[in-house]
Amino acid sequence: MVVSILPLTLTDIVLRRQGKQILGPLSLTVAGRGITIVLGPNGAGKTSLLRAMHGLERLRGGNIGWAVPIAQARAAQAFVFQTPILMRRNVRDCIAFPLQLAGQTRQQARAAADLMAARVGLTSRAELDCADLSGGERQKMALARALITTPQVLFLDEPCANLDGAATAEIEAILRDARDNGTRIVMSTHNVGQARRLADDVLFIHKGRLHDHGAAPGFFDHPQTPEARAHLNGDLLT
Amino acid sequence: MNNIWAGLIEAARMVARLDPDLVEITARSLQVTVTATLIAALLGLPFGAWLAISRFRFRRFAVAVMNALMGLPPVVVGLIVYVLFSRSGPLGVFGLLFTPTAMIIAQVIIITPIIASIAHQAIRDLWADYHDLLISLNTTRGQRIRALLWDGRRALLTAALAGFGRAIGEVGAIMIVGGNIDHATRVLTTAIALETGKGAFAMALALGFVLIGLAVAVNLALHILSRTERGRTW
Repeated sequence: MVVSILPLTLTDIVLRRQGKQILGPLSLTVAGRGITIVLGPNGAGKTSLLRAMHGLERLRGGNIGWAVPIAQARAAQAFVFQTPILMRRNVRDCIAFPLQLAGQTRQQARAAADLMAARVGLTSRAELDCADLSGGERQKMALARALITTPQVLFLDEPCANLDGAATAEIEAILRDARDNGTRIVMSTHNVGQARRLADDVLFIHKGRLHDHGAAPGFFDHPQTPEARAHLNGDLLT
Repeated sequence: MNNIWAGLIEAARMVARLDPDLVEITARSLQVTVTATLIAALLGLPFGAWLAISRFRFRRFAVAVMNALMGLPPVVVGLIVYVLFSRSGPLGVFGLLFTPTAMIIAQVIIITPIIASIAHQAIRDLWADYHDLLISLNTTRGQRIRALLWDGRRALLTAALAGFGRAIGEVGAIMIVGGNIDHATRVLTTAIALETGKGAFAMALALGFVLIGLAVAVNLALHILSRTERGRTW
């Protein structure tokens, strides 16, 4: 049995950039299973929150704790960026990269990458250079690269921004599949429809603060704060 | 113009009959410069990559010094290596002065900053692209350097070729530390200097054309082998 790195606990975390407070103080806990959707308008601080959880941001206050030591926690999580980071390699080697870092031989890593490419529907693209992929395929490549280490926790920052309906549907199917296989997913979106489709629970962020936090059907039917209600209604939050 | 024509014809004639002296000094030129380029690349490429991903207090100063060293005057490098390796110098016991080894050492000193500096520029841009991914994947510093060097290999080939170009045409340093000794340390550039001094312009020009041809051939060969400028841009 693998030791769970959850729960993830954020206590009064604060992020500043150029003297401006962009996030916090904010406290929350991520535990259990499922998909947590970080919902909020553009500029709300969703990206910063995810990056902070993953350890990519320097906290100016508060702290972030996992159930296990930080090195162990970091090894069991992955992050998919809004704009996929393309390595100058072909798709197979890109997907295999995290396994090679973990010490697998090139042959083992490539074999695993082929299986993962099949899982996300990129088999016919395995030999292409990453830069030759379409937007949706790039995001699927990034998703495959993140999932290949079977992380316990997967963060995704607006993975479907700028994607068409078909690509979005494919990515959502991959995410549900990953969730059902036990990966805890924390994903940001400003798209309420996507949040409704995927969420098991929702964190509603506005102006760097956590405004609402609830399990999925309840949150959408009875948002607790006027901001959340306004956002769900499609009103612009100012 | 007559001299240039005569030089071209003489060059063609020497190449055609594989003139033994020409073959010998061309081979020595290649041996010295290829060895120096390999050593300088082994030193300069990882150093450039390390400098690109490291943040420390004197980083800007280190980059500025490295860039300044690109313009290191070969004749001064030659002089310093000469003094170090001369019989009475601190490294005199090795008896390396007036050997190809001393010439290689001088060229390594001249071109390592060039290779490191160009590598640094290229790797810095790549690091900006890869930064979040490599941090997210929990990479060690060594893994980052390896990934950046591998994925930046095309740009790094250019860095190595810039170093090769500087070294193959360099005369000031190897003249001093090598001494242009026939059948021992004579290379194309020092032979050209000698023939020019003797007033044998046709011969000097012929050697010059061989030198240029050699540089072009090495560059072409490496580009063909590494398949740059085809398909993707890297």
